[in-house]
Amino acid sequence: MLVLSRKKNESIIIGDDVEIVIVDIKGDQVKIGIKAPKSVSVHRAEVYEEIQAENKKASSAPKQLTGLGSLFSQFKKK
Amino acid sequence: MNINTARFGELKVNEDEIIHFKEGLFGFENLKRYIIFQMEEDNPLMWMQAIDDGDLAFILISPFEFRPNYSLKLADKDVEELELASPEDTNIFAIVVLPEDSSKMTANLQGPIVINKIKKLGKQVISTNPKHKLKHYILEEIQGNIG
Repeated sequence: MLVLSRKKNESIIIGDDVEIVIVDIKGDQVKIGIKAPKSVSVHRAEVYEEIQAENKKASSAPKQLTGLGSLFSQFKKK
Repeated sequence: MNINTARFGELKVNEDEIIHFKEGLFGFENLKRYIIFQMEEDNPLMWMQAIDDGDLAFILISPFEFRPNYSLKLADKDVEELELASPEDTNIFAIVVLPEDSSKMTANLQGPIVINKIKKLGKQVISTNPKHKLKHYILEEIQGNIG
Protein backbone atom coordinates (compact mmCIF):
# COMPACT_ATOMS: atom_id res chain seq x y z
CA MET A 1 0.00 0.00 0.00
CA LEU A 2 1.22 3.45 -0.91
CA VAL A 3 1.15 5.90 1.99
CA LEU A 4 1.33 9.65 1.35
CA SER A 5 1.22 12.62 3.72
CA ARG A 6 -1.12 15.43 2.71
CA LYS A 7 -2.12 18.72 4.29
CA LYS A 8 -5.46 20.43 4.19
CA ASN A 9 -6.46 21.44 0.64
CA GLU A 10 -3.81 19.22 -0.90
CA SER A 11 -4.87 16.38 -3.14
CA ILE A 12 -3.92 13.14 -4.83
CA ILE A 13 -4.70 12.11 -8.40
CA ILE A 14 -5.48 8.46 -9.10
CA GLY A 15 -5.32 7.42 -12.73
CA ASP A 16 -6.43 10.06 -15.21
CA ASP A 17 -9.66 11.17 -13.72
CA VAL A 18 -9.96 10.59 -10.00
CA GLU A 19 -8.91 13.29 -7.57
CA ILE A 20 -9.00 13.01 -3.79
CA VAL A 21 -8.88 16.31 -1.89
CA ILE A 22 -8.29 16.70 1.83
CA VAL A 23 -11.04 19.21 2.56
CA ASP A 24 -10.64 19.50 6.31
CA ILE A 25 -8.86 17.92 9.27
CA LYS A 26 -10.33 18.10 12.76
CA GLY A 27 -8.89 15.95 15.54
CA ASP A 28 -9.12 12.32 14.41
CA GLN A 29 -11.50 13.05 11.57
CA VAL A 30 -10.59 13.87 8.00
CA LYS A 31 -13.06 15.29 5.51
CA ILE A 32 -12.31 14.02 2.03
CA GLY A 33 -13.59 15.31 -1.29
CA ILE A 34 -13.67 12.94 -4.26
CA LYS A 35 -13.82 14.11 -7.86
CA ALA A 36 -14.46 11.16 -10.12
CA PRO A 37 -16.43 10.31 -13.24
CA LYS A 38 -19.95 9.01 -12.70
CA SER A 39 -18.84 5.57 -13.80
CA VAL A 40 -16.68 5.20 -10.67
CA SER A 41 -18.58 4.07 -7.61
CA VAL A 42 -17.50 5.52 -4.29
CA HIS A 43 -18.71 4.10 -0.98
CA ARG A 44 -17.53 3.94 2.61
CA ALA A 45 -15.76 0.61 3.15
CA GLU A 46 -18.12 -0.27 6.03
CA VAL A 47 -21.08 -0.28 3.65
CA TYR A 48 -19.54 -3.13 1.63
CA GLU A 49 -18.62 -5.04 4.76
CA GLU A 50 -22.07 -4.63 6.27
CA ILE A 51 -23.83 -5.81 3.13
CA GLN A 52 -21.43 -8.77 2.92
CA ALA A 53 -22.21 -9.71 6.52
CA GLU A 54 -25.96 -9.33 5.92
CA ASN A 55 -25.71 -11.58 2.83
CA LYS A 56 -23.90 -14.19 4.94
CA LYS A 57 -26.72 -14.11 7.49
CA ALA A 58 -29.32 -14.40 4.74
CA SER A 59 -27.55 -17.37 3.18
CA SER A 60 -28.34 -19.63 6.12
CA ALA A 61 -32.02 -19.62 5.28
CA PRO A 62 -33.99 -22.57 6.66
CA LYS A 63 -35.08 -25.38 4.40
CA GLN A 64 -38.74 -25.22 5.21
CA LEU A 65 -40.76 -22.07 4.98
CA THR A 66 -44.24 -23.45 5.13
CA GLY A 67 -46.80 -21.29 6.83
CA LEU A 68 -45.05 -18.04 6.04
CA GLY A 69 -47.67 -17.07 3.49
CA SER A 70 -50.34 -17.18 6.18
CA LEU A 71 -48.10 -15.07 8.41
CA PHE A 72 -48.21 -12.36 5.77
CA SER A 73 -51.97 -12.48 5.32
CA GLN A 74 -52.35 -12.38 9.10
CA PHE A 75 -50.33 -9.16 9.28
CA LYS A 76 -52.09 -7.62 6.32
CA LYS A 77 -55.43 -8.12 7.99
CA LYS A 78 -54.49 -6.64 11.36
CA MET B 1 -30.65 -28.89 -16.87
CA ASN B 2 -31.09 -30.43 -13.42
CA ILE B 3 -29.26 -29.25 -10.32
CA ASN B 4 -29.04 -30.85 -6.89
CA THR B 5 -30.06 -28.53 -4.09
CA ALA B 6 -30.11 -28.82 -0.31
CA ARG B 7 -33.59 -27.33 0.01
CA PHE B 8 -35.48 -28.46 -3.06
CA GLY B 9 -33.79 -31.74 -3.93
CA GLU B 10 -33.26 -32.15 -7.65
CA LEU B 11 -34.42 -28.97 -9.33
CA LYS B 12 -35.22 -28.70 -13.01
CA VAL B 13 -33.88 -25.42 -14.32
CA ASN B 14 -34.82 -23.83 -17.60
CA GLU B 15 -31.54 -22.34 -18.82
CA ASP B 16 -33.32 -19.34 -20.32
CA GLU B 17 -34.39 -18.33 -16.83
CA ILE B 18 -30.95 -18.27 -15.26
CA ILE B 19 -29.93 -14.81 -14.07
CA HIS B 20 -26.27 -13.93 -14.59
CA PHE B 21 -24.52 -11.82 -11.95
CA LYS B 22 -21.22 -10.74 -13.48
CA GLU B 23 -19.82 -9.79 -10.07
CA GLY B 24 -21.73 -12.25 -7.93
CA LEU B 25 -23.15 -10.96 -4.65
CA PHE B 26 -21.11 -9.23 -1.94
CA GLY B 27 -19.30 -11.99 -0.09
CA PHE B 28 -20.32 -14.52 -2.76
CA GLU B 29 -18.34 -13.17 -5.67
CA ASN B 30 -17.60 -16.63 -7.13
CA LEU B 31 -21.21 -17.56 -7.71
CA LYS B 32 -22.57 -15.87 -10.79
CA ARG B 33 -25.68 -17.81 -11.76
CA TYR B 34 -28.97 -17.93 -9.90
CA ILE B 35 -32.54 -18.91 -10.51
CA ILE B 36 -35.43 -17.03 -8.89
CA PHE B 37 -38.78 -18.64 -8.23
CA GLN B 38 -41.83 -18.26 -6.06
CA MET B 39 -42.11 -20.34 -2.89
CA GLU B 40 -45.77 -21.00 -2.70
CA GLU B 41 -48.96 -19.31 -3.73
CA ASP B 42 -50.03 -16.31 -1.66
CA ASN B 43 -46.53 -15.93 -0.26
CA PRO B 44 -44.62 -12.83 -1.34
CA LEU B 45 -41.28 -14.46 -0.50
CA MET B 46 -39.24 -15.81 -3.38
CA TRP B 47 -36.22 -18.10 -3.53
CA MET B 48 -32.98 -17.28 -5.28
CA GLN B 49 -31.07 -20.53 -5.65
CA ALA B 50 -27.43 -20.58 -6.74
CA ILE B 51 -26.95 -22.79 -9.79
CA ASP B 52 -23.37 -23.70 -8.94
CA ASP B 53 -23.80 -24.33 -5.21
CA GLY B 54 -26.79 -26.45 -4.27
CA ASP B 55 -26.48 -25.44 -0.62
CA LEU B 56 -26.81 -21.73 -1.26
CA ALA B 57 -30.17 -20.05 -1.58
CA PHE B 58 -31.41 -16.64 -0.54
CA ILE B 59 -34.91 -15.51 0.29
CA LEU B 60 -36.07 -12.44 -1.61
CA ILE B 61 -38.99 -10.08 -1.41
CA SER B 62 -40.12 -7.25 -3.61
CA PRO B 63 -39.67 -4.00 -1.65
CA PHE B 64 -43.11 -2.91 -2.89
CA GLU B 65 -44.66 -5.61 -0.71
CA PHE B 66 -43.88 -3.62 2.41
CA ARG B 67 -43.11 -0.14 1.00
CA PRO B 68 -45.69 0.83 -1.61
CA ASN B 69 -43.78 4.06 -2.34
CA TYR B 70 -40.40 2.39 -2.75
CA SER B 71 -38.10 3.79 -5.39
CA LEU B 72 -34.44 3.25 -6.20
CA LYS B 73 -32.14 5.58 -8.06
CA LEU B 74 -29.64 3.53 -10.02
CA ALA B 75 -26.13 4.82 -10.67
CA ASP B 76 -25.22 5.24 -14.34
CA LYS B 77 -22.65 2.52 -13.88
CA ASP B 78 -25.28 0.04 -12.69
CA VAL B 79 -27.64 0.89 -15.56
CA GLU B 80 -24.77 0.31 -17.97
CA GLU B 81 -23.66 -2.96 -16.43
CA LEU B 82 -27.21 -4.28 -16.39
CA GLU B 83 -27.71 -3.11 -19.99
CA LEU B 84 -31.00 -1.58 -18.96
CA ALA B 85 -32.87 0.16 -21.76
CA SER B 86 -35.97 1.07 -19.80
CA PRO B 87 -37.15 1.04 -16.16
CA GLU B 88 -39.88 -1.42 -17.17
CA ASP B 89 -37.22 -4.04 -17.83
CA THR B 90 -36.23 -3.98 -14.17
CA ASN B 91 -37.14 -6.20 -11.27
CA ILE B 92 -35.96 -5.21 -7.82
CA PHE B 93 -35.69 -7.51 -4.82
CA ALA B 94 -34.45 -7.19 -1.27
CA ILE B 95 -32.62 -10.08 0.38
CA VAL B 96 -34.43 -11.36 3.45
CA VAL B 97 -32.91 -12.54 6.72
CA LEU B 98 -35.27 -14.98 8.41
CA PRO B 99 -34.51 -15.48 12.12
CA GLU B 100 -36.01 -18.24 14.23
CA ASP B 101 -38.91 -15.96 15.11
CA SER B 102 -40.11 -15.44 11.57
CA SER B 103 -42.24 -12.45 12.52
CA LYS B 104 -38.92 -10.60 12.94
CA MET B 105 -37.79 -11.19 9.37
CA THR B 106 -35.87 -8.30 7.84
CA ALA B 107 -35.20 -7.09 4.31
CA ASN B 108 -32.02 -5.38 3.17
CA LEU B 109 -32.80 -2.26 1.14
CA GLN B 110 -29.26 -0.93 1.31
CA GLY B 111 -27.99 -3.67 -0.99
CA PRO B 112 -30.92 -4.53 -3.25
CA ILE B 113 -30.81 -7.00 -6.13
CA VAL B 114 -31.58 -5.42 -9.48
CA ILE B 115 -32.49 -7.65 -12.41
CA ASN B 116 -32.76 -6.91 -16.10
CA LYS B 117 -35.58 -9.34 -16.75
CA ILE B 118 -35.20 -9.12 -20.54
CA LYS B 119 -31.48 -9.84 -20.65
CA LYS B 120 -31.42 -11.94 -17.48
CA LEU B 121 -28.66 -9.92 -15.89
CA GLY B 122 -28.46 -9.24 -12.17
CA LYS B 123 -26.47 -7.09 -9.82
CA GLN B 124 -26.43 -6.35 -6.12
CA VAL B 125 -26.23 -2.56 -6.05
CA ILE B 126 -25.70 -0.16 -3.15
CA SER B 127 -28.48 2.31 -2.52
CA THR B 128 -27.28 5.79 -1.61
CA ASN B 129 -30.70 6.71 -0.21
CA PRO B 130 -30.22 7.13 3.57
CA LYS B 131 -33.75 5.78 4.15
CA HIS B 132 -32.68 2.41 2.78
CA LYS B 133 -31.28 0.41 5.69
CA LEU B 134 -29.72 -3.02 6.11
CA LYS B 135 -32.65 -4.21 8.18
CA HIS B 136 -36.27 -3.34 7.55
CA TYR B 137 -38.73 -5.28 9.70
CA ILE B 138 -41.02 -6.43 6.92
CA LEU B 139 -44.12 -7.37 8.88
CA GLU B 140 -43.91 -4.29 11.08
CA GLU B 141 -43.77 -2.09 7.99
CA ILE B 142 -46.72 -3.91 6.43
CA GLN B 143 -48.71 -3.30 9.59
CA GLY B 144 -47.64 0.34 9.67
CA ASN B 145 -48.91 0.87 6.14
CA ILE B 146 -52.36 -0.29 7.11
CA GLY B 147 -52.62 1.07 10.65
